[in-house]
Amino acid sequence: MNAVAVVGYASADRSLTTSGVETLVPVITAALADAGLGRREVDFWCSGSSDYLAGRAFSFVSAVDAIGAVPPISESHVEMDAAWALYEAYLKILAGEAETALVYGFGKGTAGDLDRVLSLQLDPYTVAPLWPGATSVAALQARLALDAGLFTEDDMARVVGRRAEGAYLCCPLREHDVARVADGAAAVVLAATDRARDLRERPARIAGFAHRVDPQGLGERDLTTVPSAVAAARDAGLDGPVDVAALHAPFTHQELLLRAVVRAGSYLPFGANAMFSAGLSRIGAAAGEVMSGRARTAVGHATSGPALQQNLVCVLEA
Amino acid sequence: MDTLAAPLTIAFDYTRSLGPVLGRFMAGLRERRVLGARTSDGRVHVPPLEYDPVTHEPVTDLVEVSPTGTVVSWTWNARPVEGQPLDRPFGWALIRLDGADTPMLHAVDASELHTGMRVRIRWTPARQGHIRDIECFEPGESDMSGSTGGEPVEIMTTPIRLHYTHTTSTEEDRYLRALEQGRIIGQRCPACRKVYVPPRVCPADGVAPDEVVEVADRGMVTTFCVVNVPFAGQRLTPPYVVAQVLLDGADIPISHLILGVEAADVRMGMRVAAVWRDRSRWSTTPENIDHFEPSGEPDAPYESYAEHL
Repeated sequence: MNAVAVVGYASADRSLTTSGVETLVPVITAALADAGLGRREVDFWCSGSSDYLAGRAFSFVSAVDAIGAVPPISESHVEMDAAWALYEAYLKILAGEAETALVYGFGKGTAGDLDRVLSLQLDPYTVAPLWPGATSVAALQARLALDAGLFTEDDMARVVGRRAEGAYLCCPLREHDVARVADGAAAVVLAATDRARDLRERPARIAGFAHRVDPQGLGERDLTTVPSAVAAARDAGLDGPVDVAALHAPFTHQELLLRAVVRAGSYLPFGANAMFSAGLSRIGAAAGEVMSGRARTAVGHATSGPALQQNLVCVLEA
Repeated sequence: MDTLAAPLTIAFDYTRSLGPVLGRFMAGLRERRVLGARTSDGRVHVPPLEYDPVTHEPVTDLVEVSPTGTVVSWTWNARPVEGQPLDRPFGWALIRLDGADTPMLHAVDASELHTGMRVRIRWTPARQGHIRDIECFEPGESDMSGSTGGEPVEIMTTPIRLHYTHTTSTEEDRYLRALEQGRIIGQRCPACRKVYVPPRVCPADGVAPDEVVEVADRGMVTTFCVVNVPFAGQRLTPPYVVAQVLLDGADIPISHLILGVEAADVRMGMRVAAVWRDRSRWSTTPENIDHFEPSGEPDAPYESYAEHL
């Protein structure tokens, strides 16, 4: 069976237009350059995005413009963070249907009221009609963890180098506990390992890769133990600490909940929450640590859904 | 550079079929009763589950729980937004109703909240079998009991309204500003040299366009359709023609109306010219061109538009 490695990564922290196409062109170009791969050498393309984010229908179809689809290409899309598109591309290479793949995610989270838009991923019968907002749902999770004594508000603040003081934004969350909503795009290039060694001296080999989902009902799972992250880490073969981890945690308490699952010598700080590319960026950043030689083992993590409902763990090795 | 941007609201009334479990749950709310789903392990889930997470069998056992419960977790919503249960500051809480094993999320109308707080349902006066039949929760114990009976609710409607700011690309911005001056511009792909109108990233080469090219406000019909079907929001009376118009100087057609001619007389290769609105009404919009109509020039030969079909 083939093994798969990350061989290139690029990202942008802005998106001018609601279509995202103009933002993707330079990001895809940079990722291919990082991998030393030509555009027409990509066997499979896969993207992650959602039309709800910027209110633009079929934005993933427009985004194909950024690829250059003549002659015809092999392409797919997931309505999730592009980390899940990376999983699809990983399987494609494992199955021998492709030797190389480029995965990209994009979104303009600032085009609408993200907190309100994200209400629509809640149960459509009993929760979404209340419009509770992603931050409020996360705050309910944070309080459960605080009440359970898993950590303190000071511990949460320390994740972003702050102290727990000042007014609450959505108690027990303060402004610093909530990652800034950002626009962005990211691209990761994958290759079967035989090919990867031709492309760069030190590819980041994917040693394990898994994703899991918890029940949709907020009352149907223990919001403080993140069962799907535990299961994904186990399925990905994670059985001890890695050198470095990049966790996708839009809230500081979620970073702490996830650190209990993914143990690492150090954690790359999570910057802004660029919806649909942030998770892929975490894997790209973790792979970058391996490709640069700064780390021998690394984990990139992505989350999706309310209160860490879905979790993906990608274990990378030199 | 700030490109043109405009507000955009997308709204849709989602209608959802409920099925046997949620249909009975919603009917219960209409009668001021809360039903939970009892699963094979004896646990009672509120809101109800449709399938047993252990056995994967359909849930059939619905049991009534209390309209009073205990706050398991909470947060404070200082700035309510459109669509939420209350329009003044309120709490969100996970509430475990007496008799249930799982908590449900809802709003609490109280000046302060704490974990362990006892709250009861405040029912909406006019109930219709919807989660919003629970107006919110409020502090206290309930002494009211609901009535029984009522057919299961089959459909629930949830209006969704989302507001965005739609932002144009630099190319779209340039195109719209030219239209405001009565000009139509395209941009050339540096790789394949094709002129795109409106200008855009070349979908064949995946590169941004560069050279700005002014194109004519006349061209030829490559292909067209006759609209015979009425639809909501239609502005013209059928039959009328929507065509692909390849403007002189462009390498990709635009879509527009062909008027001033019987629908039956429109044909491929027909030469057409833009009919602009009155100059006083021009702005940064494609609507500055009201429609196209025949220019009276001889038809273009098939070979001149064959590659656009």
